[in-house]
Amino acid sequence: MATPLLQVHNLNVEAGGNRILTGIDLEIAPGEVHAIMGPNGSGKSTLAHVLAGREGYDITAGEVLYEGRNLLELEPEERARGGVFLAFQYPVEIPGVNNTYFLKAAVNAVRKHRGETELDAMDFLALVKEKMKLLEMDDSLLNRPVNEGFSGGEKKRNEILQMALLDPRLAVLDETDSGLDIDALRIVARGVDSMRGAERSFLVVTHYQRLLDYIVPDHVHVLANGRIVKSGGKELALELEEKGYSWIDDEVVKEAR
Amino acid sequence: MSTDSIRRVTEGEYKYGFTTEIETDSVPPGLNEDVIRLISAKKEEPEFMLEWRLKAYRQWLKMKEPHWAHVEYPPVDYQEIVYYSAPKQKPKLKSLDEVDPELLETFEKLGISLEEQKRLAGVAVDAVFDSVSVATTYKKKLGELGILFCSFSEAVREHPELVQKYLGSVVPYTDNFFAALNSAVFSDGSFVYVPKGVRCPMELSTYFRINAADTGQFERTLIIADEGAYVSYLEGCTAPMRDTNQLHAAVVELVALDDAEIKYSTVQNWYPGDKDGKGGIYNFVTKRGACRGRNSKISWTQVETGSAITWKYPSCILQGDNSVGEFYSVAVTNHYQQADTGTKMIHIGKNTRSTIISKGISAGHGQQSYRGLVKVMKGADRARNYSQCDSMLMGDRCGAHTFPYIEVKNPSARLEHEATTSKIGEDQIYYCKQRGLSEEDAVNLIVNGFCKEVFRELPMEFAVEAQKLLSVTLEDAVG
Repeated sequence: MATPLLQVHNLNVEAGGNRILTGIDLEIAPGEVHAIMGPNGSGKSTLAHVLAGREGYDITAGEVLYEGRNLLELEPEERARGGVFLAFQYPVEIPGVNNTYFLKAAVNAVRKHRGETELDAMDFLALVKEKMKLLEMDDSLLNRPVNEGFSGGEKKRNEILQMALLDPRLAVLDETDSGLDIDALRIVARGVDSMRGAERSFLVVTHYQRLLDYIVPDHVHVLANGRIVKSGGKELALELEEKGYSWIDDEVVKEAR
Repeated sequence: MSTDSIRRVTEGEYKYGFTTEIETDSVPPGLNEDVIRLISAKKEEPEFMLEWRLKAYRQWLKMKEPHWAHVEYPPVDYQEIVYYSAPKQKPKLKSLDEVDPELLETFEKLGISLEEQKRLAGVAVDAVFDSVSVATTYKKKLGELGILFCSFSEAVREHPELVQKYLGSVVPYTDNFFAALNSAVFSDGSFVYVPKGVRCPMELSTYFRINAADTGQFERTLIIADEGAYVSYLEGCTAPMRDTNQLHAAVVELVALDDAEIKYSTVQNWYPGDKDGKGGIYNFVTKRGACRGRNSKISWTQVETGSAITWKYPSCILQGDNSVGEFYSVAVTNHYQQADTGTKMIHIGKNTRSTIISKGISAGHGQQSYRGLVKVMKGADRARNYSQCDSMLMGDRCGAHTFPYIEVKNPSARLEHEATTSKIGEDQIYYCKQRGLSEEDAVNLIVNGFCKEVFRELPMEFAVEAQKLLSVTLEDAVG
């Protein structure tokens, strides 16, 4: 097996004195797609934000290595420039800031870090239009303020557009399917699927199995009460869908006995 | 974002702190009728001007310094101020070659060299250094159109009939304490007259500097747009670092006749004092425009980042029917800066309209108040006003306050007022950082977005300058 891109060992996380994640172990090899499933409040989003570097969490034990380096000591922007991308469950609105301007600033911050030349307005526009076509996004979204007044579906597509532009090595999708109708889901999933490759890995956080019909995972992990209680192949997702999360609870209870 | 990181971004210091050593010709500190006579004599003014100054002085003696603004500062000793200071004049200057090289260097340090300005297409610069204009460009081209753009002193000498007709007609010397003081001792400033039907083809621009130590700067500006005329005027300031407080009490009067339009844009960056609130300029300014004619329009756009204390309410008197007044403002207070600023829109004519967009940003220990009056007089049928006041707080030690006053005496008037106060969003900063932007870039991006509605009212080059100024002001500051 190739050297893992991401290694999470015994990760324990608290927020405001409450334990949220306990003893998380996870290894993602280059090119792999892992899905994290679990009921609401199981800690899925916390895991995503801890990887992205949001403030307000206490890491009480464990470590996270990304490309063999300690990820937790890096600032969010350093992680981003290093290839860690988080598609937000609730993309943030930035009033008055033109979406194109924002996307270009982000792309150039990452390119600069990689030692690539920064894109000028013309080259950037060509690139962004190409990516937008894939996501069936309307050009007018480029001229509007970042996420402001976007519909739920437009916001999620804007996230995937950013992912496509920033070309990350590890993409974390936090409930990207929530709030999407079936057509939008298909478009978004196709966008993600087109980015799969030997060098890029995904961590797909989702509540429902339906996204995984389009983005077929290599591994599925079930998170409950802050612990990974079950791991398996893609069939685990189907089983969950059929039996519901209560099945997991019962399993866990059985194991505990 | 943590309070510490916000603090870091807001604690950058003033970048334009230096003084220029140029011989100055000053009068001793203090104010009395003799000093006023001396100022008037040095400026070779006609008799009416001296009389007006003296009347203003006598009025000022009867007035008290106002203290209703939400600002605090130690008492000003008006007898310690030097009321006149001019760079020692060589004979009149015809070209930049004759200007003191050290002065030119100062401008270059500020990135606004006259050399550069001359090359900048379409910008005529009247540089006010301390109290006397030392260089004026593009005069000839303007002259061909009949546009007068000169120092106030020159206007008093060359065009006394215009000065006498309009001076004090918008801001009378009885108006307020600081306006009275200015009227008595004003040193110099700019004068613009655009004749009937003429559209001024370039942005007119002046850079003000306060230089000699302890010299109060009393600018006087008068802009007249005759029937159907249009002019856009830019005023920008930076000032050198000073340890003692300096009083700046300017008066700006605008007059727009029938179908005329005046656009007045300011980027103000007077020395704000150091991180601990020491030093800095007191900026007590009276700015007012009269939309005297039908269908006239006056727009104020200001970006205020400087001064220790700002007391300033650019206003519009909407006298002519269908006249329009606008006020677009971005004000930043950082460290220990205090600002009490806003506008007055006085609706007198029928169908008069006004728009107020005010964006306040407070960081560090900055305290900021928006104070605005919308007044609709009895005859102002169908007057309309829209006001929007937004405040952004950075950190937890600053303050934002809003004091809107509304007086309506005509039932057909329609007024809207919206106000918001928000903290700079930690989730917004996190989002930007997750996309690879540094914290500082993220803050600049968010702040510029917040101010966008105002920035887009500024002429292009000025908008760029304003954005830069904002990022310098808030550097290391997100607090």
